Amino acid sequence: MKEELFVSGRNIPHIDPYLHLWTWEIPLYLFLGGLAAGILFFAGYFYIMHKERDMTATIKWAPMLVPFLLVIGLGALFLDLHHKLYFWRLYTIIRLESPMSWGAWVLMAITPLSIVWAGTYVREVFPNFKWPLALLNDFETFAKKYRKAMAWVMMILAVILGVYTGILLSAFNARPLWNTSILGPLFLVSGFSTGLAAIIWMSKSKYERKVLTRIDLIFVFVELFFIIHMIMGLQAGSQAAIEASQLFLGGEFTVTFWIFVVLLGLLFPATLEIFELRGYHVPGWLPSFLILMGGLVFRFVILEAGQITRYLY
Amino acid sequence: MRYAMAVDTKKCVGCGDCVVACQTENNVPHGYCRDWIVENVAGTYPKLEIELRSERCNHCENSPCVRCCPTGASHIVDGGIVLVTHDECIGCGACIESCPYDARYPHPEGYVDKCTFCVHRVSDGENPACVDVCPTSCLHFGDLDDPNSDVSKILKNRKWKVLAPEAGTNPQLYFLT
Repeated sequence: MKEELFVSGRNIPHIDPYLHLWTWEIPLYLFLGGLAAGILFFAGYFYIMHKERDMTATIKWAPMLVPFLLVIGLGALFLDLHHKLYFWRLYTIIRLESPMSWGAWVLMAITPLSIVWAGTYVREVFPNFKWPLALLNDFETFAKKYRKAMAWVMMILAVILGVYTGILLSAFNARPLWNTSILGPLFLVSGFSTGLAAIIWMSKSKYERKVLTRIDLIFVFVELFFIIHMIMGLQAGSQAAIEASQLFLGGEFTVTFWIFVVLLGLLFPATLEIFELRGYHVPGWLPSFLILMGGLVFRFVILEAGQITRYLY
Repeated sequence: MRYAMAVDTKKCVGCGDCVVACQTENNVPHGYCRDWIVENVAGTYPKLEIELRSERCNHCENSPCVRCCPTGASHIVDGGIVLVTHDECIGCGACIESCPYDARYPHPEGYVDKCTFCVHRVSDGENPACVDVCPTSCLHFGDLDDPNSDVSKILKNRKWKVLAPEAGTNPQLYFLT
């Protein structure tokens, strides 16, 4: 027998009996951040590849969503803060050791950039749209000249944003489930896959859907590979890491993880996408919806499970 | 200078005086605590062993909480004491997630709070409140760089352990076994 008890009556809100400090805000933000990163990356990539005519949903339509996604995400982050009025302290210092610090700065750069990008296309997407100020008209003309530069910066920042959503968690040595370097690439790939899913959902062009579905399939299989890799890595680790992986191998998150993330969020939509590419009729929204749902559940599961895991002493 | 604390698990009776002393000294809000007592029972009846540990922030030399703080509110001062500047803290919780000892908590006023090794007393040459109040004198505090300090002497003469050494945090809270 081995039993550990607090005999001095410790029962601190959010900490005891097990850590549950971060609830819905952080996973929602991680999901929206990854989604926005995915959309922006492919908007930039296909713009640079001169696909502006063929890939309208990728370059013009989907990026209209991004400023809203990022603002909602930032709003969720703000709600998560316990000392809200001091949030501006984030922007008084750059601490390279802290992923949260450089994540905050990347968001500071990519959010306005996504607004400008969407702004240069808003009149093409909504022909009746008029800028309320003449100054904004001039700014649009000015920004249009720098689309290529913006596309490059967007691609780079999108990769950093996507990786950061994972590194944010993997920087925490105290939580064995998170403390694995595969989490960065895993969240990046998962974020890009949800971004592609969102664009596919919005796209009406057959050509565009086909191109994006092919890329998405690659991302889904890389993500599956990374998930297996993560669990194998934890299984080969210390006792604390093994216990962390047990949460998915018979523990309390087994069903949520394997059914909602792996089966319904990755394998099933991938199968549907393969059928679609083979020419079968598949409801266009279904694989996209499932991938988006899988991505959201994945982040909730990793966040909740990670907070339970800890060193054993 | 390197402040450290040694907790004699053979002498601790788990009375909780250190917890109350800390709450009074530091105005810890009701229902919260900066130090606490763990009772660890191991073995099979009738051969049971009890270990009582008065735990608090380990003031780690390689502190994950200081590393991950996005604003620099968590910092290390002279003597290796880890502190939080309240009006720089945004209450994001990164340090709480990163602490292997669950030593930090969000104060009801928003900022993150934790044991300060009673830095306000220590800088005047006094002991932390928990050390002064302990009825069995099982808490030893002092400067590890001074070979004649209470804590240096007892760590030289007794066997000790630290919590979660595998976390690589180099904690400065020692448990005499």
